[in-house]
Amino acid sequence: MNATLARESEVAPSPLQKSGAGADKLFQLITAGAAWLVLVLLVGIALSMAWGGRLAFQTFGWHFITGKDWDVGASKFGALVPIYGTLVTSAIALIIAVPVSIGIALFLTDIAPRWSRAPIAIAIELLAAIPSIIYGMWGLFLFAPFMATHIEPWLSEHLGNKPVIGALFSGPPIGIGMLTAGIVLGIMVLPFIASVAREVFNAVPAPLRESAVALGSTRWEVLRNVTLPYTRSAVIGAIFLGLGRALGETMAVTFVLGNAHDLSASLLMPSNSIAAAIANEFTEADTDLYRSSLIALGFLLFVVTFIVLTIAKLMLLRMNRQYGRTS
Amino acid sequence: MTKLLLALPALVLLAACNSNSSNQAAPSSGAQITGAGSTFVYPVLSAWAADYQKQSGRGINYQSIGSGGGISQVEAGTVDFGATDQPLASDELAKNNLAQFPVVIGGIVAVVNIPGLNAGQLKLTGPVLADIFAGKVKTWNDPVITKLNPGLALPGANIAVVHRSDGSGTTFNFTHYLSQVSPAWKSGAGEGKTVNWPGGVGGKGNEGVATYVKQIPNSIGYVEYAYVVQNHMIFAQLQNAAGAFVSPSAATFSNAAQTADWKNARDFNLVMTDAAGPNAYPITATTFILMPKQPKDKAKSDATLAFFKYALEHGQDQANKLDYVPLPSALVQQIESYIGANIK
Repeated sequence: MNATLARESEVAPSPLQKSGAGADKLFQLITAGAAWLVLVLLVGIALSMAWGGRLAFQTFGWHFITGKDWDVGASKFGALVPIYGTLVTSAIALIIAVPVSIGIALFLTDIAPRWSRAPIAIAIELLAAIPSIIYGMWGLFLFAPFMATHIEPWLSEHLGNKPVIGALFSGPPIGIGMLTAGIVLGIMVLPFIASVAREVFNAVPAPLRESAVALGSTRWEVLRNVTLPYTRSAVIGAIFLGLGRALGETMAVTFVLGNAHDLSASLLMPSNSIAAAIANEFTEADTDLYRSSLIALGFLLFVVTFIVLTIAKLMLLRMNRQYGRTS
Repeated sequence: MTKLLLALPALVLLAACNSNSSNQAAPSSGAQITGAGSTFVYPVLSAWAADYQKQSGRGINYQSIGSGGGISQVEAGTVDFGATDQPLASDELAKNNLAQFPVVIGGIVAVVNIPGLNAGQLKLTGPVLADIFAGKVKTWNDPVITKLNPGLALPGANIAVVHRSDGSGTTFNFTHYLSQVSPAWKSGAGEGKTVNWPGGVGGKGNEGVATYVKQIPNSIGYVEYAYVVQNHMIFAQLQNAAGAFVSPSAATFSNAAQTADWKNARDFNLVMTDAAGPNAYPITATTFILMPKQPKDKAKSDATLAFFKYALEHGQDQANKLDYVPLPSALVQQIESYIGANIK
């Protein structure tokens, strides 16, 4: 809303400011150039990735996306395992990060004592500043052994033999795999979602919340009926910012995912992600087809991210239509 | 202080030598020698480079981008030398007009993490090792393992296999060995810098595999010898071609290098795995240097050769210190005559 207002005022300069018209025009050109540059870059990168991966797409066609074999020796490449690993770890990350970060944001805006808000908020923002390789090392040296000795044996013992979800939690507890990677990713994206959510929760006009409280609403009802609807699009934007980070995260995932091109339903088993596969294998990709397949993987990451963001936008549009414009 | 005073004349002498040798290499003495390739050789190569720079004043810039990258860079002519853990065949060398020779020896070691076990206690044969990595032998108390290790308490736990996730000369040498000793492995995953692993977890780099093995109980992996020494890892003894069980060590690596058939290997195209020596370690590996036979920049090529001559003749101490093994002297002589005959 603010953005559209700003744009309108740029496009239609006031007739009173004749003297500044030239400068205004120049300013408009510069800002427009900056905005278009991003788009041109984006398209350029996507095209050059698609071009670099053309050999793989030509050779394998749709099998490049649906094939699960990644056999370097036989020059047979299929990206199903990395795509699956990327989506599953990111989904786990969001399942963990979304409720926790909204909880954090709510606590900080409504519930926490005033003196404690700033320190906690700063701590969360610092969490976002930790380089991903640190998360990777922490995940590998501390978290993976913890998962292997405490969490995963329990999971496979108690959930591994249940009818439907059993397949998700079977297998030997080695501590390295999709579940561990998903949890580490969840911790990594949490600060992104939490800090944006905190900002927008703070921006909810106090009279709205106060009115709800005056009508006898509980904290939960205020959140559900006032705060979340009012900030819906910003919160969803924050979630997809986090998702974007989770999809493309490389280093931390490489450390704890196990980097194995095996397709397995179990979350306890090692898998691979698109970004991790590229980081692992690019240096020694010594045939044209191998290199092209890795670049094609990069292009697929582009496509996956694009599809996910498009779905997010469509979801938002539908919601806005359902509830009327809220922001 | 007295030490310092004593050292001063020596320094002056050294400096004098330096200026002498840099005068000799006058034409393009400023230009650095550039190289790229194998990560395996990087620690010893950079130690040699530092020593050589002190002595000759000429710097060496080596990028450890991986063997595959080293090959393509030297083929493209962007570096003075490339380094690869997987030797090129003579026809491929001829196609790109390249010469090839080995520089240093190392070993690849099977490491395990079995609670209660000490280094060197576990004994394995090549075929059993292949079956473990192929996922055919699934538990540590499988009869094929207990038969080799009478009296050793082995758990019934599942074996967690750890392999490299990135392409690597280490993997090439390891799978080359498995292919030689196990027909089933050869027809299955086969050999290469990356193979289609039947299962297991992939670690990035030697450090990745070493860490995974340390983290995952009942796991087995393979790493370079230096990582075993530095991290005090629990290695397994392997049965060599002569039937003896040997531990990885400088002595067993160098026995493998001595008994390998270098004399008949054209362009040193030889992988030393499964060497015949009575005390030879079965997965002994070398890094090979690739250089153009007719270099564009003669002065730089000569400088590069001078560096490798220095490394082969005077680099033994550094190699030993970093847990590599220097080449046997007969092989060094063979290399020097090869260089003289092939690189113009």
